[in-house]
Amino acid sequence: MIDIKNSDTIGTEQNNTNISHLALWTLAWLASLALLRFGSEYIWNYHPGYSISVLITHLALGLAMIMANVKHLSNLDELQRKITMDAMGMTLGVGLIVGIAFEQLEDIKLISFEPEISHLVMLMAVTYIITIFIGSRKYK
Amino acid sequence: MKNRLKVLRAERDWTQADLANALAVSRQTANAIEKGKFDPSLPLALKIARLFNLAVEEVFIEELIVEDSHSTDI
Repeated sequence: MIDIKNSDTIGTEQNNTNISHLALWTLAWLASLALLRFGSEYIWNYHPGYSISVLITHLALGLAMIMANVKHLSNLDELQRKITMDAMGMTLGVGLIVGIAFEQLEDIKLISFEPEISHLVMLMAVTYIITIFIGSRKYK
Repeated sequence: MKNRLKVLRAERDWTQADLANALAVSRQTANAIEKGKFDPSLPLALKIARLFNLAVEEVFIEELIVEDSHSTDI
């Protein structure tokens, strides 16, 4: 009989490691975004040299975050990948459709405030979480 | 697509976690395949068949759609 016990603990550990790396890169990227936004205003008084350095760092951290996400996706099994890819597809679609419609709301005087990119990011985050939850429930 | 995974697993006294470990997939995936909620890719189906020393068609049974023989020919 094939010894099948404990043969996949390495895969699970690798998954957890990849998630930790993704979380760390995301946090670093967010911190660099905060530094870019508030540092130029409160720390280096819009000095272009500092701003460009932090901008390049911010973009490099963003690239590292993307690579960590790709590595995380490649280590998932096929059902987990399907659930994640479905959620990403839905998030992209909702972000595009609702984002463009939302952007028009001020122009056509249906809302009095200016739509912000942060609203779109929040919508996409909520959409992603909900669709991951629905996908996981579907295949439970 | 139907399959005989539950029976094959029971014959060997394996749990779903054992099967998942042997296939290097999550328990959720093993469960979804066993219940017929998720059809595995060809490589994974072959891996499953190989695990039980069977041919793929001995593990997975295609659910054929019976066509209406009285349908109108165009």
